[in-house]
Amino acid sequence: MAQLWDFSGGIHPTEHKQRSTAHAIRAAGIPGLLVLPLQQHIGAPAEPVVAVGDRVLKGQTIADASRGMGVPVHAPTSGTIESIAGYPVPHPSGMTDTCIVLKPDGKDEWCERYPISDYRTLDRNQVLDIIRAAGISGMGGSGFPTDIKLSPPPDCKIHTLVLNGAECEPYITADDMTMREKANEVIAGLTVMAWILDPERCVIGIEDNKPEAAVALRVAIQGAQDTQAAKAAKATKIEIAVIPTKYPSGGEKQLIQVLTGMEVPSGGIPADIGIISQNIGTAAAVARAVFDGTPLIGRIVTVTGEALEKPGNFDALLGTPVDYLLEQAGLQPDLVSRLVLGGPMMGYTLTTTAVPVIKTSNCIIAATAHELPASPPEQACIRCGQCAEVCPMELLPQQLFWHAKADEFEKAEHLNLFDCIECGACSYVCPSSIPLVQYYRYAKGEVRGQRAEQFKADRARERFEARQQRLEREQHEKELRRKERAKAASDAQATKNAAAEKAAVVGGEVIDKRASRSALVEQALARKKASTKKASATQTKTPPTE
Amino acid sequence: MAFVQQSSPHAHHARPTSKVMLWVILAALPGLLAQILFFGWGNLINVVWCIAVALASEAAILKLRSKPVAFFLKDNTAAVTGLLLGLSLPQFAPWWVSAVAVISAIVIAKQLYGGLGSNPFNPAMVGYALVLISFPVAMTTNWAEPALLWDRGPGFGDTLAAIASGQQTVVDGWTMATPLDEYKHKIATHTAAEVLAHPTFGDGVAKGWEWVNAAFLAGGFVLIGLRIITWHIPAAFLGALVVMSLAFGSNADQYAPLLMHLLAGGTMLGAFFIATDPVSAATSHQGKLIYGAGIGALVYLIRSWGNYPDAVAFSVLLMNFAVPFIDHYTPPRTYGHRKARRGITGRGRS
Repeated sequence: MAQLWDFSGGIHPTEHKQRSTAHAIRAAGIPGLLVLPLQQHIGAPAEPVVAVGDRVLKGQTIADASRGMGVPVHAPTSGTIESIAGYPVPHPSGMTDTCIVLKPDGKDEWCERYPISDYRTLDRNQVLDIIRAAGISGMGGSGFPTDIKLSPPPDCKIHTLVLNGAECEPYITADDMTMREKANEVIAGLTVMAWILDPERCVIGIEDNKPEAAVALRVAIQGAQDTQAAKAAKATKIEIAVIPTKYPSGGEKQLIQVLTGMEVPSGGIPADIGIISQNIGTAAAVARAVFDGTPLIGRIVTVTGEALEKPGNFDALLGTPVDYLLEQAGLQPDLVSRLVLGGPMMGYTLTTTAVPVIKTSNCIIAATAHELPASPPEQACIRCGQCAEVCPMELLPQQLFWHAKADEFEKAEHLNLFDCIECGACSYVCPSSIPLVQYYRYAKGEVRGQRAEQFKADRARERFEARQQRLEREQHEKELRRKERAKAASDAQATKNAAAEKAAVVGGEVIDKRASRSALVEQALARKKASTKKASATQTKTPPTE
Repeated sequence: MAFVQQSSPHAHHARPTSKVMLWVILAALPGLLAQILFFGWGNLINVVWCIAVALASEAAILKLRSKPVAFFLKDNTAAVTGLLLGLSLPQFAPWWVSAVAVISAIVIAKQLYGGLGSNPFNPAMVGYALVLISFPVAMTTNWAEPALLWDRGPGFGDTLAAIASGQQTVVDGWTMATPLDEYKHKIATHTAAEVLAHPTFGDGVAKGWEWVNAAFLAGGFVLIGLRIITWHIPAAFLGALVVMSLAFGSNADQYAPLLMHLLAGGTMLGAFFIATDPVSAATSHQGKLIYGAGIGALVYLIRSWGNYPDAVAFSVLLMNFAVPFIDHYTPPRTYGHRKARRGITGRGRS
């Protein structure tokens, strides 16, 4: 067994995981309507390539990301596009966003698919294109487009590929069940990603509270010899690291520390130290995209909580409304007090059950008031330091809190505010019930706002200064041109005079000519004077009309 | 359905401040028991009186500050301040000395600075230092003679009457200089053997005191075991005291020996219950080590070369002054950073 490292701090919250692992993954079926947000990933939203009224087939691209970072969206089943408009989407703010609404026709009719039997005959970029075209983005919660993550900058040699099966948050078992039931897909997907990156080490990190998942993966690696994928998996030498259960071991930075002893530099990405980590669900999606030609149209969602009679994991189509899933899990509407999307440590509360399941939705918790009670009122910080004891990033949560509360953002930034991963361990243990993470979010938001303001102000100043410079330069150039003209004119005059003088000297009529010329000039001036006088006289006579 | 809207995390598993403080009180009980056993009922009466005054003055000032009285009283922090003073003051300290100590601790040191969490100085020690300076006679001549509870002269009623009357003459027959005091003042003119013949030392290191300190040490281990305090401050405190004593006090004919420093006086109470007050202590582990070591070194300095026989209160207060300074220079190295960011808001980025 390879060496493991420990990360600083961490907590051991009650797991509540058995509740949703009692049953096998259930197929959620096809709901009456599917709501597909154009943005289910980090980056630019996809753009619809279908119109209202179009009939689409299962797996057909309905929105594509043509510009910027992004992945396409596919029809999870066959049906008709009913509308393209704003609907509530899963977001902490409860906002609405543009979604494509698909009315399933019940036929579940596939479009043409192109499975790849041996991806190794292809170019690596072609496989990346397949992954991108399948609409795969990180399914652990970040939603980062997978093809981009798998294309590190050329100067970063990836030595370790980490598959994150830690799933450290309480309640969530989607990855656990995926590993147990779809171990072959997970291993196959990991093998494809390992082939793309060609790392020296390929390791799956699993917390020791998921022994079944670890066994299933070992079987998948050692088992079936006959398939191409299994052979490739054997060749890849996948390592399974069972790590101690401690929240947040599944945080990307923490898992990397546990498995490699290395730290991702502040403000950097794992690729900076030659590591890439991917999620279990993402690996399974990559396998389906490559070997079945199936785009990402569904995912495993844990639906759990004490307000449900039949909690468990569901294989749900993307776009399935949360209320449809809750109904299948036996929601008792009188009992539910809080709906959390994600885990109880980092998830956010939903305002409505109308939001759909998207690529990053791993868990829905319908909690009773007893299960997740409201926090008691905030008390004074007694500087007990419990927060610092549990902080996995080795921050000083208490000092960050003081500074955030006092709007001393510069000091908070100095204490590495932006290294906070918002895991919530500090709030979890705070004896004074201070919503610490909320204070950090506030401070981060303020700092980001100030930075944006500063950026805008800097831009405005730059523009103003550039304009000022341009005006000055133009003025200067004008001046120069005038001077040049004047010089040219005087030069010309001088040459002319010189020529004339020369001529006069030659001709002997210099004085006469000059006298006659100055007389002409004097006459002209007198005329001008007279006309100006006249003009000003007429002007004064006219009454001002304005 | 209207769902609860709240920011993450949604799960909490905290030991509320009130419970933490309750554990501190419980962990101090063995020490109080040892005090009663060897020094009579005075400490118990002091503890009860001090807690009562602490709660009353906390309630009064909260009311003056228009704060919810019950909400804050329930956090048990005022009770802990009262308890610590009751445990530290001389057994026969007149009632008004205790009251002045507690009221100045709660009203001045704690509430005038903004209440719980905002006080830069340890409230109990502010109160203690104040009465020690203001009433030196009452604070040095009221220490009970060490004797087992069933062997001693004044019973509960006598002790209560003596404390309530505040008459020095009443208690004169029951009191005795503390071991640290006796040693400090006699060693200049006597040998160690002559000094130790005094009954205050008993057969061991310091009669009664050794058991009291052992009991507070045990209570301190409970607090560490419950993760209410960390080992850093007590370990650094005691470590510095040991180092100082070994370095400077090896001659028992000149300075009190090491065991006397550890087991007489307020050493263990100070190391585990007073110096560890989180509000006024340093925060990072490194900072706590510096803070604790500073207190230990100061305790030795003041006991050996200062004017006072014991020095926990002054040492704690002096190090309280240094806490912001220590905190600024001992932040931990954050994950992903090459080194810690020291100082206030230095422009240097690591």
